[in-house]
Parts: sequence; C-alpha cells; structure tokens
Amino acid sequence: MDFMVFQYPMITVQACLDGILLGILFALIAYGMALQWGVMNIINIAQGDLVILGGYIAYFMYLYGIHPAWGVIVAPVIMYFLGVLIYKLVINKVVDRDLFISILATFGISILFMQLMNFAFGADVVLANSDYGTTMLFNNNVVLPNSKLFSAFISILFAICLVIYMKKSKLGRAIRATAQNARAAKILGVDTEKVYAATFGINAALCGVAGALISITFTIHPYMGLPYTIRSFMIVIVAGLGNLPGVAMSGMGLGVFEEFADYILGTEFRIGSVFLLLVLILVYRRFKLSRKREYLK
Amino acid sequence: MRSNKIILSFVSALVILFSTSVASFAKVVGDKIILGAAISLTGKYSSNGVHTQNGYNMAVDRINSMGGVKVGGKTYKFDIIYYDDESNPKRAAQLAERLISQDGVEFMLGPYSSGLTKAIAPVTEKYGVPMVEANGASRSLFTKGYKYLFAVLAPANLYLDVAIDLAVEKNNGKPVTVAMAFEQDAFSQDVRLGVLDAIKRTGSKKVIDDKLPKELNDMAATLVKVKQMKPDVLVVSGHTKGALTAIRQIAEMKVDVPMLAMTHCDAAKLSKQHGKNSQYALCASQWHKTLTYKDNFFKDGMTYAADFEKEFGYDPPYQSAESSAALLVFKDAFERANSFDQKKVRDALAATNMQTFYGNIKFAPGGQNVDKPMVLFQVMCDDSGKCENKVVAPTKWASAKLIHPVPKWSER
Repeated sequence: MDFMVFQYPMITVQACLDGILLGILFALIAYGMALQWGVMNIINIAQGDLVILGGYIAYFMYLYGIHPAWGVIVAPVIMYFLGVLIYKLVINKVVDRDLFISILATFGISILFMQLMNFAFGADVVLANSDYGTTMLFNNNVVLPNSKLFSAFISILFAICLVIYMKKSKLGRAIRATAQNARAAKILGVDTEKVYAATFGINAALCGVAGALISITFTIHPYMGLPYTIRSFMIVIVAGLGNLPGVAMSGMGLGVFEEFADYILGTEFRIGSVFLLLVLILVYRRFKLSRKREYLK
Repeated sequence: MRSNKIILSFVSALVILFSTSVASFAKVVGDKIILGAAISLTGKYSSNGVHTQNGYNMAVDRINSMGGVKVGGKTYKFDIIYYDDESNPKRAAQLAERLISQDGVEFMLGPYSSGLTKAIAPVTEKYGVPMVEANGASRSLFTKGYKYLFAVLAPANLYLDVAIDLAVEKNNGKPVTVAMAFEQDAFSQDVRLGVLDAIKRTGSKKVIDDKLPKELNDMAATLVKVKQMKPDVLVVSGHTKGALTAIRQIAEMKVDVPMLAMTHCDAAKLSKQHGKNSQYALCASQWHKTLTYKDNFFKDGMTYAADFEKEFGYDPPYQSAESSAALLVFKDAFERANSFDQKKVRDALAATNMQTFYGNIKFAPGGQNVDKPMVLFQVMCDDSGKCENKVVAPTKWASAKLIHPVPKWSER
C-alpha cells in the first residue's frame, strides 16, 4: 500500500485527469456494448477483440505513411461492414436464443479473432505514433499527452453524433423501437432483421474508433482484447442499458478508480482491481434485486 | 464374428508394436542425427519462436554443408523434428513427452522462453535426454539440480545488474538511487533479483519497486512517481510491451532520468517504432553483431548477421544467434563424446569449453553458461533521425562511448 497519491496534490490531480481521459475512451466502447445488449439482448464477449482489430487498421495506415488519426474515420467504416458480416454469419442464428448461447457464440468469435489476428499480424506488440506532443499544466507538474486529449475529444464527438443520430434518424428510431419491444416494432413494420444488423455494425464501428484511439495512445496486441470487454461489461452493468449519461459517468468513474488502484495497490493490481470491482458490483446488484424481487432485464 | 474381432485386435496390436519399435530407433537414422524441438510457432511467443527456429535451421544447414558431425569415423547430418507448442507450457511438456517416447528422439533443443523451458526440463530430465537450450534464462532453471539441461545464454539475473554498476561508476563510485518497474513473470522477476543484488552490493537505494501486469499498456502511474522521486536510474523489464510502453510514455510525459535501462529492446525494434524518442535508452542483450567472438562455421557476428539477413530477410535478433550457437555446442559435444550414448554426450556437454561467434561457452554445474557476459547497448541517433544500437559496456567490447547523463527533454 502506497498513499503517495494523496500526499502530493499534483499527483492526485494527475491521477484524476488520467483516469477521466481513459474513462471517456472506455465509455465509448461500453456504449456500443450497451446499445447491442439493449437491442438484441446479446453480451458480446468479442467486444475487446473488435477494438484491437480497429487498432490494427490504424496501425497499418501508420505503417503506410498515413497519419494514424485518420484511422478514426477509416476504421469505423471497415468495422461497420465487418460487424454486419459477423451478424449475418453468426449472430442472427443466436439472436432469439438464450443469453447463454450468445455468450458462447461471441466467446467463440473472440477466440477466432485473437488467433486470426495473431496469424495475420504476428504476436508483436505494436503502436502507431501520432507525434502530438504534450500539454503541461500547473507549472509543468501535471503532464497530459495530447494523444490522450485527442482520444477523449474524438470519443465525445462520436458519442454526441450517435445520440443525435439515434434521436433524429429513421434507423435510429427503428433501433430504439426494437429495443423497447421487438415484436411490437415488427408488427408495426420495422424490419428488425435489418435493425439488428445495423446495430451490430454500429457497435463494431464504435469499437473501431476506440481501437484506432488505443493504438495512438497505448499499445495493441492480438491478445489484449479481454480487459476491454470486461471493462465495458462492467460499465454497462453499473449504468444500465440505454442510459448514455450513466455510461459516460461510470466510464469515467472506472477510469479514475483504476488510476487510484494503480497508485495505491501497485500497477500489478490494476486489472485485478477491475475484476474485483466487477464481482462486488454483481453481488451487490443480486442482493438488491433479491430484496426488490425483480428480474434483471 | 468373435474370431473376426480377435484377429482384428491381434493385427492392430502387431501394428502398434511394430510402429513403436521402428520409432525407438529414430534418434540416429542412417546418416542423420535427429533432434527434437517444441517451438512456439503460434500464440503469443510466435515471433520469437520463429526467430528461434530460424536460428536453429540456419545452423543445421551450415553444419551439414560444412561436413556435418563426425562420430566414430562416420559423418552424420543434423535434422530437427519440430512441433508447435502454441506458446502453452502444458502443450510443450506433452510434446516433449511425445518427441521422446513416440518419436524416439534422444537429444533435444530448447523451446522459446523461460516458462516453456521450465515446463520441458522435468520431462527431459526424467528420460535422461540431454537438452541444449538457448532461450530460457530464468535463474530458477539452474538451481533445480538438473543434470541434462544446458543453456548457452547468461542467466536472467545478469541482464541489468551491469547497468547499476555502470551508474555507480559514473557517479564516481558513490551509491545511486534506483527506480524499478518489472513485469510479474519468471524472467522479469529474475532480472529484478539481479538488480536487487547489485543495489545491495553497491550500497545503493531503491526508491520505487513497481510490478507491472501482464496486460500492461499504461505505466503512467509509475512514471509520475519517477518524476516525483527523481532517481538516478530507471530500470524497466516487461518484455516487448514493457519496452515500447516505457519509451512512448517517457517521451510523452517528458520524464527526465539520467539513466534508463531496459530489456527486450531488440525484439521491440525500439528505434524503428519510436525513432528519436528511444535515443539514449540502454538495453541489455545476450549478443550483438559487433562483438568479435569467432568460430569456424559462422566466422564472426558481422558475417553471421549478413548471412542471416540474406537467408531470412531481416537483421538477426539475439534470440536467433543464441539458437544457432546451441547447434554448434551439440556438434562439438557429439564429436568429443564420439558416441551417441546419452550419458556420454551429457558428460561431453558438461565439459564444453569453446568459443562460438555468439560468445564463449562453458557450463556451470547448474547448466548455465558462465563464460559469456551480457552486453549493454545504447540507442544512438544521428541528426537525420537514423538510429543504431551501439555497444557501450562492458568496456572490452564497447564500440561507442556511453552518453551519460541522458539530456533533459527540454534540451533535446
């Protein structure tokens, strides 16, 4: 245990800012998960692997001399079509089934993606350099890499666009209608099959954006997807489905929690503390539910 | 019906018996000495697994084309049976078992990484199969009393203690403060033990001792502490991702530290991925092509590097060089033993005392190579942004002078 983070106010500020910037990025991934969970009742274990794949798209652009920041535009386009393809091949066969079946199916997709990425891109850890420089605050005591600021900004931008799209567009309304009641929507003429495919595509596209940002800010590796799946899963169960401000808040909360756990318990417990928090929240929710005698939808 | 069944089982029993009895002669078939190796061709170690395999293949071709191995007046050629262990220790142990008991292999080459070597060593030991390994440096491999394990590389605890000595030397012999960040795996923790020994020996002080997780891609917290504590040396060991993450975030966060020492810079292709940001980083390496060791097969490091590049299209990392050296050791041992008896070969291996292009090789009773020091190189870039790794320690092999302390970010 090391409480240095509280001894120096500047380190506390640094930890909070790092956590919030990181959390915004997590929230973007979690929003995609919440969307498809709400609409299709599918928990996508392959979420993190889609993120990593998006990262590789940005990385390859970087390799060919294109600035990786363009990845936030190219990656979602490619990932959208890939998402639709995955839906047509696998997800549409499990969408009406038990939640357990869809978890198994996406778990399978996750393993497949990991191995395919490893096969295609190699097991090396890679990253894309943005050369964005650094912002110094408070007399150089707090440093914020511009790449992190850029990621947070792009994440917020995409989230806002998506919210507007969901509210205003025809497809957005159809998606929301399907989420509320798929059967009623179908009766009223919504092509739910198309809605499902689009939802899965949008989720994959969001993962693509997040992945491109991660390759600019951190590192990517074929086997690094799972922590992102777990984080977004946790953010969603804390915030609930269809609650975007909640997702944003719990995303940032998780980011700050991780940073503080890193300082206090040590870096080795960083991911571990996320898993522990997940267990605690699940137990707490179960406890609350059993008192209220409700079912988790 | 019944008699049919009996005949069937009799025939299949015969087939099984026949196939196993053929297999058990597989160690030396005709003029071939067959070695076995489980290597990570897929999974998370696949890139270094391939470097290892390329190193083995390069040496096999070279030895075979230069006259092979002479035992008992007859000339033999090397051949290797490879299996893919999928970077999984359990699978590696199964494959070692299979190589020995089904394929009848009587001599083994090591896999990639300390973890996998640890999984295989008990199996080879059980069957008394001599194994020369080139990619397991963990100290714990050499303290178990294994009799059939020989490693051509220096153990992990020697990787970075040179850096602490160097820092003390640059501080006019006075103790220094050290910040450490090590991944939690067998190898990195052994490197850490070596650094701790060096700290104790020199009377230095550790100010940060962070452990990094396997899924590491953010070490901002550690670096903020480094900024606060201002240590003389920062030591990082966390395989490729540790090296890459450290350089990226040190540059982004403008962390000034007089000396930065790491492992796995070669595998991380540090200067290629990070360019000038990686400048001045010190890296521990088992081998560097500019070292002037010599042998009859590969001549020296520079020639080896050129030949390797011609064959495989990239500059050899030390993982390939040490793997090639393992074959040279085997050839030498077979010829001195003048026999294929496992015990005799084992004794000949234990008595090895030779120089290869990779370095001197002489095994301690624990099996580790005690005759080859680690080298430290420093990433140095010219004005055009082209970076090169130059050996700076030990002084005997140095091709450039150490730049110390590392210039501050505000002055770069």
